[in-house]
Amino acid sequence: MRRGEISLAGLLALFSIYLMWKATELPIGYIRGQGPGGGFWPFWLSAVMLLSCIAIAINWWRGTSPASQSDEPLMDDFGWRTIFLVGGGVVAFVALISVVSMYGAIALFLLYYLRFLGRHSWWLTLLIAIGLPIVLFFFFEGAMMISMPQGMPFTQPFFDVMYDILY
Amino acid sequence: MKLTKRVFLGLAAGSVFATLPVAAMADDWEPKRPIDFTIMAGPGGGADQIARFVQSVVEANDMTTRPLVPTNRGGGSGAESLLHLKDARDADHTLMVTLNSFYTTPIRQEALGVDIETFTPITMMGVDPFVLWVHKDSGITTFEQYVEKVKEMNGEFVMGGTGSGQEDSIVIAYMSGAFDLDIKYIPYDGGGAVAKDLAGKQIMATVNNPAEAKGFYEAGEFVPLLAFSDERMEAYPDVPTMKEKGHDFSYYNQRAIVGAPGMSDEAAAYYREVFGKVYDGEEWQNYLVSESLSPLPMDEAETRAYWATQVANHRQLLSEIDG
Amino acid sequence: METLSFLADGVLLSLQPINLMLIIIGVTVGLFIGAMPGLGSVNGVAILLPITFLVPPGSAIIFLAAIYYGAMYGGAISSVTLGIPGASTAVATTFDGRPLAMQGRASLALVTAAIASFVGGTVANVFFTLFAPLLATVALSFGPPEIFALMLLAFATFVGLGGDDIPKTIFSICFGLVLATVGFDTISGEPRLVLFDIDGFLRGIGFIVLAIGVYGIGEMLWTIEQTRGEITTTNPKMSVKGMVADTKEATRRGWKGTMIGSFLGFFVGVLPAAGATPGSLMSYGVAKMIAKNPKEYGTGTPDGVAAPEAANNSASTGAMLPMLTLGIPGSPTTAILLGGMVIWGLTPGPRLFVDESEFVWGLIGSFYVSNVAAVLINLAFIPLFVWMLRMPFTILAPLIFVLSIIGGFAAARSMHDIWLIVIFGIGAFFMRKFDYPLAPAVLAIVLGPIAEPTLRQSLLLSSGDPSIFFTRPIAAPIMVIAIILILLPGLKLLRGKRKEVKA
Repeated sequence: MRRGEISLAGLLALFSIYLMWKATELPIGYIRGQGPGGGFWPFWLSAVMLLSCIAIAINWWRGTSPASQSDEPLMDDFGWRTIFLVGGGVVAFVALISVVSMYGAIALFLLYYLRFLGRHSWWLTLLIAIGLPIVLFFFFEGAMMISMPQGMPFTQPFFDVMYDILY
Repeated sequence: MKLTKRVFLGLAAGSVFATLPVAAMADDWEPKRPIDFTIMAGPGGGADQIARFVQSVVEANDMTTRPLVPTNRGGGSGAESLLHLKDARDADHTLMVTLNSFYTTPIRQEALGVDIETFTPITMMGVDPFVLWVHKDSGITTFEQYVEKVKEMNGEFVMGGTGSGQEDSIVIAYMSGAFDLDIKYIPYDGGGAVAKDLAGKQIMATVNNPAEAKGFYEAGEFVPLLAFSDERMEAYPDVPTMKEKGHDFSYYNQRAIVGAPGMSDEAAAYYREVFGKVYDGEEWQNYLVSESLSPLPMDEAETRAYWATQVANHRQLLSEIDG
Repeated sequence: METLSFLADGVLLSLQPINLMLIIIGVTVGLFIGAMPGLGSVNGVAILLPITFLVPPGSAIIFLAAIYYGAMYGGAISSVTLGIPGASTAVATTFDGRPLAMQGRASLALVTAAIASFVGGTVANVFFTLFAPLLATVALSFGPPEIFALMLLAFATFVGLGGDDIPKTIFSICFGLVLATVGFDTISGEPRLVLFDIDGFLRGIGFIVLAIGVYGIGEMLWTIEQTRGEITTTNPKMSVKGMVADTKEATRRGWKGTMIGSFLGFFVGVLPAAGATPGSLMSYGVAKMIAKNPKEYGTGTPDGVAAPEAANNSASTGAMLPMLTLGIPGSPTTAILLGGMVIWGLTPGPRLFVDESEFVWGLIGSFYVSNVAAVLINLAFIPLFVWMLRMPFTILAPLIFVLSIIGGFAAARSMHDIWLIVIFGIGAFFMRKFDYPLAPAVLAIVLGPIAEPTLRQSLLLSSGDPSIFFTRPIAAPIMVIAIILILLPGLKLLRGKRKEVKA
């Protein structure tokens, strides 16, 4: 925990510096007769972010925050593995949207989560993994008129059939 | 929920459908998927209103085999829309409703790498003129009084608008140059906010499309001083034009539908026919009159030529502002 | 008197069998649309607009009003059951609604939300009927300096919201404010803070992206890690008797928040630039500030659910006021409704109340009826939503992830924003591990886009002279109150230290 606290503060400080640097593309000062320039607000607020990170580091050094006093690891192996499996699943889900379309990605994600993480029975898994995308398709494309990403061209025949049913 | 909509449509159909022509398309090409109908601005405001009006007409008369899906992509002064069309995954099903940021945004943000000449012209629905307005409590009733007042206030005369490089700021910049005016310009993030602050007398004058100020004009709150159209407007016959004041300048906001670059000729022909019907329809013709839009019908070649002159004009006007 | 008879006509029109049916359908549809994270009344109204071409305007308006009300009630459902605020107006509802649900008291939270929404909507309708033209004048007197002062006040009411770690709270606030500036600077007309020069940032970072990332993804990961993927909620029980008891408890423990929310929400909602979100946030802040036991807030107190819920309903009704009296939309939904009025051949603007009084009062009449229908239908569906929480966590969790992503796309319509949701979610998980409070960042990204432009517009008006905030009759008192509220905790701290020294 102690190492994590300072690493995160350092990372956020670096990000604050990047934001400050990026904000200088527009005037960051007080323009006479016009008030603050376009970069004023983001620049100085990022500066406050940086100062907060420094304060967090000082508190870490003095050991006043709970995380900085704790010698426990951030997460145990089981925790890391859970986060990796679940978080990784979500990342893979989003990456798959551009390949097999939103609905296809949802089906695969549900299949993965319900069967391999949740250890549900095959028939329940398949029922949800196939049923939910179809329900969502009719809800979004039909009722709400929102087109979801359709992935690579090979999914197209499938969508054409669905649209024929829908309209 | 689909069911609900069906039931609802069914309820309505009996009473209304009998009077509506059902479109029959002779062309071979038909859309196979929902048509992406991108709006180059946020909700509210002229472009959004027109897009939803057109979509409503198309939907109500069942003119396309697949629905138009209106989506607001107003980010970065329209840059978001331009990029969306430029990189359209399926050009045959991607359309956009434009305003003049179609010309100005690629000039002001060259890094986008958008060349509007590659876009596909579909239909010019009309052009929206600009009018200079003041609040009735200001006591100003003519353009000459306005000029006098601005000079008298010596840089303290406050006007509101939708931001540097936007349509109204171009008009104000031209006017300031032509009459040697020193105006304090406050940018807002939408025409509605500008109209509200003129009504609340937070600002002293605006340049706006008539549709956005019409309600206040009819209530007697706003007074029109000058029109930036080629000829006097039908709705405001007593308001002089900039040309009458001796400056050869007119400025319109274009209300056009364009297709993504690379759209096939068949698809473009299909959409031209659909929106041509909308244009000729009674609903749109009434809308043109009630919102004071000017008709400007053009075919494809004329539109391309029009684009080229507009880009050149805007390049000139913007360089005068920035320079 | 004339008003009352118009209003009675409006109510009677809404009570005709066919219109009543439309209201019931509309409210139900709206309720489910509002309950989906990422979707809100704006989606409901937008899809129904073309249909209004086909039916007489009278029925069309009633249907749209019903959807609008249904969606407003629905917002709380996703805040409580999924922990994701479905709309910016429902952010504050998660603060206490989610803890209540985790304690197995989702039904109490939902009942409180429904009743508070009803009271808020009713109070707003009555105000609307009595004072509409007067309030329109008040709304117009709020220029940029006044709105900025109001935003500062909204921040001030939230000073106490952060965690105990002050630098981390400040970091979170500034982080939200900076994210709000990404994209495009309207004042100078230039792109700004386009991070890593990725074009997707040109459109800015929306509230919904951060909120779904933090609450949908981050909070879920945290819950899964904390509980090791096991069941978290104590089994929620549901019975008619239980709901009656909940109703009693909601009234007893939520009336204060409801009152604050109803009144404050309405007055903030009436201002076109502010709208329902600051209204509901301020109501939560004020309710907490004047509570006997502020420590209860955030751990699941009915008052904490009632205040923002009453406020967002009240404010959403209030937001109709500038639209009807001035023709100025206060929110995306009212902007689309305004477009609908043009389609029906009406001219929005100050004359509407006079020239089309039948339309206006018909609309307000249908608000009253829709509000009653919405509370009844909402109460009827609560058992269904609570039942959802009884699903095994290994089914509920992936459903929440799926709804977060698909709902996020529905709101943002770009893959770029979906990736941002994932990045914010994972970032939020680690920040949460180290006690960074994230609610302030979410609030800041809502208020920042109103605060910064109004600050700069004000200074442009005054040629850079900051005294503009202290010389205008409305802005000055609001500024003074806001500054006192901000300094108060600091002063208390100083006094506390002095006492320590003495002792």
